[in-house]
Amino acid sequence: MIGYIIRRIGQAIIVIVGVTILVFILRHLLPGSIARAILGVHATPVAIAAFNRQNGLDHPLPVQYLAFLDQLLHGNLGYSFKQNMTVDAIVLHDLPNDVLLVGVSLVLALLIAIPVGILQAVQRNKLTDYTATGVAFILYSMPPYLLGLLLIAFFAVNLRVLPAEAPQAPTISGVLADPVALVLPIATLTLITIALFSRYMRSSAIDSLTQDYIRTARAKGLRQTAILFRHLLRNSLIPVATLVGISIPGILTFGLIVEQLFNFPGIGLAYFNAAVNGDYPVVFGITVLVAAATVVGNLIADIAYAVLDPRVRYD
Amino acid sequence: MTDIAAQAPASAGPEGGEAIRHHDPAWRMILRAFTENKLALAGLILVVVVVLFCFAGPLFWHTNQVATNIMQVNQRPSGKHPLGTDDLGYDVLGRLMAGGQSSLEVGLAVALVATAIGVLYGVISGFFGGLADTVLMRFVDILLAIPVVYLFIDLATEFRPTLVLLILVLSLLSWLGPARLVRGETLSLRVREYVEAVRTMGGRSGRIILRHLVPNTIGTIVVNATFQVADAISILAVLSYFGFSLPPPTATWGGMLENGVNFLYDGYWWEIYPAGLMIVLTVVAFNFIGDGLRDSLDVRLQRR
Repeated sequence: MIGYIIRRIGQAIIVIVGVTILVFILRHLLPGSIARAILGVHATPVAIAAFNRQNGLDHPLPVQYLAFLDQLLHGNLGYSFKQNMTVDAIVLHDLPNDVLLVGVSLVLALLIAIPVGILQAVQRNKLTDYTATGVAFILYSMPPYLLGLLLIAFFAVNLRVLPAEAPQAPTISGVLADPVALVLPIATLTLITIALFSRYMRSSAIDSLTQDYIRTARAKGLRQTAILFRHLLRNSLIPVATLVGISIPGILTFGLIVEQLFNFPGIGLAYFNAAVNGDYPVVFGITVLVAAATVVGNLIADIAYAVLDPRVRYD
Repeated sequence: MTDIAAQAPASAGPEGGEAIRHHDPAWRMILRAFTENKLALAGLILVVVVVLFCFAGPLFWHTNQVATNIMQVNQRPSGKHPLGTDDLGYDVLGRLMAGGQSSLEVGLAVALVATAIGVLYGVISGFFGGLADTVLMRFVDILLAIPVVYLFIDLATEFRPTLVLLILVLSLLSWLGPARLVRGETLSLRVREYVEAVRTMGGRSGRIILRHLVPNTIGTIVVNATFQVADAISILAVLSYFGFSLPPPTATWGGMLENGVNFLYDGYWWEIYPAGLMIVLTVVAFNFIGDGLRDSLDVRLQRR
């Protein structure tokens, strides 16, 4: 197993380096240039050349890439000329807000999706199962911003009980000071995440229900509730680690959409504003960061799976 | 990463014991899926209705979806405009049909192109194995790690794509799933006796791949392609919301929704919900078909 883990870590490193190469190439393939974005459309070629020389943008691409990689290895994601801040500072500033939004939504989604999945497995092909499946299908098929929009239309525009906008404070303490405004963004992201999880939880629980240990537990006369909570729930928790790991890119993408929709002060919104304003260092810094989070999430999921489930053997 | 995906539980197969029917030709298995599985049938009927609405509807409901009409903007639903008009004076019912055409075209085309690329890539990677497989699959991992929607938001600020370009870009980002699935299947198929037999008889790799391996993964391919259509329509709607969509006056459902959002507080519900409903209906329908086919063809997929 140690060999497996080392091999997986090696793979992850290769993938992350590959991502940086690809992002770097993309940055130079895309039409807009950093100098143009900063100096404006009327900048003279001389001014652009001077800007490029000043910021090392006139070196050959491989040299620039190595400089970019060197900065990344030192934990430096880039520098936003537009906002006159390092990308690290921007990300670190918004990170607590994202941890709050994504974290709470993720926990809520798991707390709902796991019991519902088990209930569906037990009540398989009955009304409860069909209803839950139907709701999950619709949630899954709905463009995420449409779901948020429906919630806004109903709770903010019609009923006027919840604000349509997330807390508009820049810091985490300010955001927490306005919990009512957090309800709709968190509810939206939670529902989307439940839709991502629920099918998986259902089939996972169905798989577990057919296992021998469940039959053994039944045969020795355990009550249904004991079987469900002591055996089924525990075993259905194993794939959750995997599930959360592989869902990271999806959750981050939906997180961005939710942040944009509710104007939630998070990294996703910072990314969105940077993309709109042509703030390329921020765009590419956050892209690399999200890609790295995806790879690390997958890595942790795989390792957790190998560690948690003694039945899995890797040679 | 693939090691885990292969072990992820798939939704259980069909009820009863007749799970494996790989002796039938693929088209008959697909046909049976629709006759036996109510969900798949419902999905198919829904798709037929939507396709008829979008492509045959304009034959009966004539509207001008090119020229704007400033004299009749934001009108409530009435006899003349059953679903009202939008802020440019387009008839919303007619625009739903026009938008459906482009959305369905993009969805189907992306599914076809992405599946074709993915199948070839996956089968080659799985068949040749070794170093080639490692390199090819790491490349897939790299692309999978890059947040696609993020990139599109950036792309949207740079340019607006044409129909063909939009299909190509979406396809280039959607072939990763089928590539991994088909590679996984190929790994188990390539050591089968019949592959060995073809090799003994002097069959070349190309023949083994195209005549034996690809046809044997057809179940996986068909099921995945169905989900691909749903995903493509859904992603297209998301991208339209962020402005990466076909240029006007071409309509898409996502574009209509994005435009309608501006009027949420004005109470112009007809500019928002009909388009949203069409997206949900169509995506649900293709997901139903995919689910039904998967159960009937007994395909194990990592997702859902």
